[in-house]
Amino acid sequence: MNKIMLLASAVFMVFCTWGLAAQAEGTGGLSSLRGTQELNQEDKVPVHKQWRPDRKPIPRDYVQQPPLVPHTIEGYQINLRQNKCLTCHSWARYKETGATKISLTHFRDRFGNEMSNVSPQRYFCTQCHAPQKDAVPLVDNTFEPVGALRH
Amino acid sequence: MHSDTLLGRVMASKGLVIMSIVLGILLWGGFNWAMEATNNEAFCISCHEMKDNVYQEYRRTIHYSNRTGVRATCPDCHVPREWGAKMIRKIQASNELWHKFLGTIDTKEKFEKRRPYLSARVWKAMKDNDSHECRNCHDYDSMDFTRQGIRAFDNHERGFDQGKTCIDCHKGIAHSLPEGYLGKTQL
Repeated sequence: MNKIMLLASAVFMVFCTWGLAAQAEGTGGLSSLRGTQELNQEDKVPVHKQWRPDRKPIPRDYVQQPPLVPHTIEGYQINLRQNKCLTCHSWARYKETGATKISLTHFRDRFGNEMSNVSPQRYFCTQCHAPQKDAVPLVDNTFEPVGALRH
Repeated sequence: MHSDTLLGRVMASKGLVIMSIVLGILLWGGFNWAMEATNNEAFCISCHEMKDNVYQEYRRTIHYSNRTGVRATCPDCHVPREWGAKMIRKIQASNELWHKFLGTIDTKEKFEKRRPYLSARVWKAMKDNDSHECRNCHDYDSMDFTRQGIRAFDNHERGFDQGKTCIDCHKGIAHSLPEGYLGKTQL
């Protein structure tokens, strides 16, 4: 089983590399969604994307979505000693700060036990909740939320 | 005769007067030079207790590196600018030298253990002087709330109405918070 997986992934990687190599003029280079970059050309410097300014809460696009973070989180640390997010979003603080309360679902462990504090599984907020930059999607899509969430 | 009176004798000794003035300038200047030499970031982090702990935490914050490159270093926040208050703080700093000698926080574990006490002390000092060091740079009257983000605007408006001072909310802005913070840190 393992050997097959290894062989399959090797073939897959070779295929990917072949697919990515630029076809024109044989100079090598890279062809991707961001365009074609030849080896003998100066690299196009990617535009530095800015954090979007603080906004009101962003409506969800699907029911189970962990809501996006509508503000910048630069410098915010989540470690064993402190959780910066919870200094505003905890149940003890959210009313005063005007922040969204951390959901009750975060107090449950994987076995369904209700806990009196945030479950360790949910402690690292940014594993699911992402802040937003002004990055234009590279690929168009026709995704539409379900009727219940359409806004 | 000039030497009959004290004034006469002093004025007669012009060299002594001039020398005293020059010596006074040198001593006073030297004193202030020494004060300033111990009042910069390089001096503070010459102790490994500071360099390995609080300085590393501070390096990740906005007061170390930011858009405009305007920095606040150790003395900007921890040593008052006014001469009198500065002297008091400098005398209190002899306690720090004493503990450096004792090695009270010379390992990471010792430092972490003592962090709640150390932070509480600093916070108390800042609260007592109404965040005076913050206001050295951040002038409330010049603060343009309309240029702040939503959260800053709301919290500043509410906080100042409640009579809060900077350090009440902005704990942990330069160095890490102690473990279990959120009201549990007592002096």
